Amino acid sequence: MREFDYRRAHDVPGALALLDAEPEARFLGGGTNLVDLMKTGVERPARLVDVRDLPLDRVESTSDGGLRIGATVTNSDLAAHPEVRRRYPALTQAVLAGASGQLRNMATVGGNLLQRTRCGYFADITKPCNKRVPGSGCPAIEGEHHNHAVLGASEHCVATHPSDMGVALAAFDAVVSYETPDGPGTLPFADFYLPVGDTPHRETALPPGALITGVTLPPTPVAARSRYRKVRERASYAFAIGSIAAALDVQGGVVHDVRLAFGAVASRPWRARTAERVLIGATADAETFAAAADAELAAARPLPHNAYKVTLMRNLVVAELTRLTEEAAR
Amino acid sequence: MTTAPTARQGAVGTAHTRVEGRDKVTGAARYAAEIPFPGLAHGWLVLSTVARGRIRSLDTAPVLAMPGVLAVLHHGNAPRVETDYTGLLGKPDPTTAVFQHDRVPHLGWPVALVVAETSEQAREAAETLVVHYDREPHDIAFTADHPRAYPAAGYGPAATEKGDLEAELAASAVVVDAEYTTPEEHHNPMEPHAATARWEDGRLEVVDSNQGTTWVAGELASLFSLDPSAVRVRSEHVGGGFGSKGVRAHQVAAVMAATVLQRPVRVAMTRRQMFSLAGYRSPTAQRIRLGADADGRLRALEHRSLNLTSTVHEFIESSTAPSRVMYDADAHHTVNRVVRLDVGTPTWMRAPGEAPGSFALESAFDELAEKLGVDPIDLRLRNEPERGPASGLPFAGRNLSACFREGARRFGWADRDPRPGVRRDGRWLLGTGTAAASFAAGAGPSTAAVTAEADGTFTVRINAADIGTGARTALTLVAADALDVAPDRVRVRIGDSDFGPAMIAGGSTGTRSWSWAINLAAAELRERLTPGGTVPPEGITVRSDTTAALGALAQKERHSYGAQFAEVAVDPATGEVRVRRMLGVFAAGRIVNPLTARGQFTGGMIWGISMALHEEAVRDRATGGHYGADLAAYHVAAHADVPAVEAHWVDDHDPDDPVGIKGIGEVGIVGAAAAVANAVWHATGVRHRHLPIRPDRVLLAGAPDA
Repeated sequence: MREFDYRRAHDVPGALALLDAEPEARFLGGGTNLVDLMKTGVERPARLVDVRDLPLDRVESTSDGGLRIGATVTNSDLAAHPEVRRRYPALTQAVLAGASGQLRNMATVGGNLLQRTRCGYFADITKPCNKRVPGSGCPAIEGEHHNHAVLGASEHCVATHPSDMGVALAAFDAVVSYETPDGPGTLPFADFYLPVGDTPHRETALPPGALITGVTLPPTPVAARSRYRKVRERASYAFAIGSIAAALDVQGGVVHDVRLAFGAVASRPWRARTAERVLIGATADAETFAAAADAELAAARPLPHNAYKVTLMRNLVVAELTRLTEEAAR
Repeated sequence: MTTAPTARQGAVGTAHTRVEGRDKVTGAARYAAEIPFPGLAHGWLVLSTVARGRIRSLDTAPVLAMPGVLAVLHHGNAPRVETDYTGLLGKPDPTTAVFQHDRVPHLGWPVALVVAETSEQAREAAETLVVHYDREPHDIAFTADHPRAYPAAGYGPAATEKGDLEAELAASAVVVDAEYTTPEEHHNPMEPHAATARWEDGRLEVVDSNQGTTWVAGELASLFSLDPSAVRVRSEHVGGGFGSKGVRAHQVAAVMAATVLQRPVRVAMTRRQMFSLAGYRSPTAQRIRLGADADGRLRALEHRSLNLTSTVHEFIESSTAPSRVMYDADAHHTVNRVVRLDVGTPTWMRAPGEAPGSFALESAFDELAEKLGVDPIDLRLRNEPERGPASGLPFAGRNLSACFREGARRFGWADRDPRPGVRRDGRWLLGTGTAAASFAAGAGPSTAAVTAEADGTFTVRINAADIGTGARTALTLVAADALDVAPDRVRVRIGDSDFGPAMIAGGSTGTRSWSWAINLAAAELRERLTPGGTVPPEGITVRSDTTAALGALAQKERHSYGAQFAEVAVDPATGEVRVRRMLGVFAAGRIVNPLTARGQFTGGMIWGISMALHEEAVRDRATGGHYGADLAAYHVAAHADVPAVEAHWVDDHDPDDPVGIKGIGEVGIVGAAAAVANAVWHATGVRHRHLPIRPDRVLLAGAPDA
C-alpha cells in the first residue's frame, strides 16, 4: 500500500485547490469503496482530500417542488429524510437496500455515484481489466460473468455499476451538480455516465478535477407511488443481481405516467425508456407490462452465464408494476 | 490448606458463560497478531501470479533499497527444511515448506517473503517485487469424468464393497440414480492466520493462531530439524479455525526470517491470501445409486465421490463416509477418488467428507422417498442398520431414531403434506425438508497435569485449543466435576506446547480427548489429597496420559447423530431462496456446557444454510486463480439469512464409554444443506443437485409442473 498524504478541506474552493495541487489526488467521502480499492492496490493515490467537512450535507426542497441533496449527505440521512420518504419512496428503499447500517452511516451521495464496479477482475490487480488497465483485455467475457452486464456493454467491458441509489436517481431524472476550478456545471443523470464503448476506463462525463456538490431531483409527482426491489443471492449485505426502481400512475386502467430503471444489468443505472414508451397510454395489465419489459430487453446481449438476468428483469418489471397497480387500486 | 471436598451438584450440564468472555468483549484478550514484541519485524508473503511453471528470477535489488526493508527471502536464499517425516496427522503437505525450489505448483504459491520494520513497508515492498516466471500450461478443470482420477484412501479405505450391485439394482422395485456436486468452499475464520517467531535462549518460540500447538510445534521441529524440546508454540486465543489452522506457510516463513535476521518476525495472512494459503474444501462430484423394495428396504447402495487435490500432496475429501455408517443394503459399494490439478492442496473443513457426502446421500434418500411415496423419516427409520454397513462392527449406541422422533414432534412434521409445489405465501412457495446427520466420535492420546494449589484452588494444564468453541470453559466444568469443586476454584491453562502433548481441536475429538486426560489426572489427584491433609506451597501435581486407556476401548462404531429440519420460501419469479426456520435435534453424548454447545450446533446449521445457498469459490480458468477472493464476493449467510434456528439434544448415554462426551463441532453442519435442498424441492417440485442453490439456477429450472 502506497503511503499517502491526507488533507481535510473545509470549503469547496479549498477542496478543489488541494486536489489540483497533487496530480495523483482523490477526494475522500465515506471511504467505503475508495479505501478498499487502496488496500487491494487498484487505487494508489498520493493524496486524499477529505471532503466530509464541506457544507454540502443538507437535503432541501427546491422552489419548484423538487429536492436538492448535498454531495456529502450520508446514505443513512438521505434514506431517513421525511421528504425523500414522502416524495421519492423508491429512493429511500434503494438506499436502504444497499450495504449495511455501518456503511450507510459513512457513505456519501457523491461517493455513491462515483463508486467503482465490483467486477472481480477489476478488483484483482494480478488480472487483466480494460477498466483498470486500458488495453489489457476483459477476462470476464470468457471467464466468470454470472453477475455482469446484459445491456449496454461492449466487447471491451461487461462490468456493472453496483449502486442501488443510482437506479432510483436514474428513474427520477436527477441532475448532478459539480464545481471545478473553472466554475460550476451540471449534468443530467442520463449524460452523467459515459457509454462503455472502447473506453471503459472513462466512466463519467465529469471534467477533470471536478467535485460533485449535489444532486437535484426535479418535481416528479409519479415518484410518490414508487418502489425499489432488489434481488440478491442473500437477504442482505450483497450487491444486486438485478434490481428495479418503478413508479406508476394509473388512471382509469390506463398508464398515465411511469418511471422505470434497472440496476445490476449495465455499466450504469439503466433507465428503461423503451419500456416506458410502450407503457404510456396502454392498459395497465400484466400483458402490457411483459410487452414493455420485452421491448426494453430486446437490446440485451447476454453472455453464456448471465442470460438469467433477462428473465429476472422481465419478471421484476411485471411483478413490481402489477404490485403498484394493485396498490393504486386500493 | 485443608482439603475437605463435599458433595455438590455437577457443573457439567449447566450453562456457563465463557471464562474468558470478559477479556474477549473488552479487548483484553490478545490474538496472535496483537501481541507486542520488542524489535519486532514484519514479513509479507509474495504469492505467485501463475498457476504452473518455474520462477526464473526475482528483482530483489530495488525492493531491498526501499524504506525499512530488511530482507527478501526466496528459494535462492532461504534456509532449507526437511519434509521427509510423518507428523501427528501424517506426511506434511509440501506446500508448507516454502522457498525450497523454483517450481510453482499453483497460483497463490508463496514465492518470497519481504521483511521490513513496519507492516506497511513490508506490504508496499512485497507488492513492488517483480517476479519473472517461465509459465507452463495449467489444468484446473474439475470434472466428474476427469481421465486422471484414481481411487484413494482417506479416512478408511478407498473403496468398500459387498454384494452384487447390478443384480440388486435390477431386482429393486424403485431405483434412484443421480449425480450431485458441491463447489470449492473456504473456511474464512474471522481471525486470519498469523504467527510471530523468535529465538529465545536457544529455543524457537512461536506465538500463533492454531488448532493444536502439539501439532504445530512437532511439525516445526521436524521441518527445521530441531529437538522437539527446543520448540515452544503458544496459541492462547483463536478466532476460529474450522480445520484451516494447522501448519501453514506463514509459520514456516516467520521461522525462516527470525532465523536469518535473529529478531522476532511476524507474518500474517490477508483475507485474500487465505484463499490461496489456508486450505479449503475440495469441490466434489458424487454419484449415488439406491435400489429399494416397494416397502423402502434398501437392496442396493452405491456412493462414488471424486475430489481434487494439488499436484504435490494427496488430500481426500472422504465424502462416502456417511454411506459407510448410515444405511446398509444387500449390495453396498462406496469409493473415494481424487484427481491432481494445478491448485492448492485442500484440507479439512468443518465435517470433512460428511458435509458434502451427506448432501448427496440425504438428497438421494429424499428422492427415493418421493419415488416410493414413503415419508422421508419413515424411509430412514426402516433402514436403521444393526451393525456398521462397511465395518461390520456393532454400534456403541445409535440414537438417530430418537433424534427424528423428537425433531418431528418439535417441527410439526406429522402435519406435512408431502406434495411438492402446493403451498404459497404471496410470491413465495413454501416447503419443508429433513435429513439425517452423523459424525464419528473419536479421540486422540492426550496428557494433562492437574495441580492442587496451596490456596485451595486447582490449576489444570492441558495443551488444548479453544478456537472459539468454548473449550476452555467446557474443560473448566469437566475439571470441576472431576475434582468435585466449584468451577470458580479451577483455572484451566491451554494453548502451550510446553504443557505436553495433547490432541488437536479437530475432527470433533478435542473435548472428548482432553476431558479424558483431565479425568484421569483429577481422579488420581483426589486419591492423593487425603481429607484433612495439607498441600505444600508448590502444590501437588498429577500428570496423566490417555494412550493406554484409548487403546483399551472396544472397537465399535461410535458416532454422534442428528436430525435436521428446514422450512424454506422460494420466489420462482426471481429465484430467491430464503430459509424460514431450521431445527436440529442431536444425540451427542453428555452435553458439557449447554450455552456454548447450542452455539456449536446452531453455528453448524447456519453454515449449512451457507453451504446450501451461498458458498462457492469461483476459479478463473484462464489464470487458474480465484475470482473474487474476498468476503464481498464469497458469500456466507448474513444475519438476515438466518431465521429462527433451534438446536436440541436427546439423552445419549453409552455405559461402556469412560468419558461419555462426544465432539459436537461437526455434526451440526452434516445434513443441513440436504435438509434445505429437500425443502426447496418440496416448495417448488424442482430437485437441485448442485450447490449452491443460486437464484439463477432456481430461475432457469423453471416453475413447478403443478
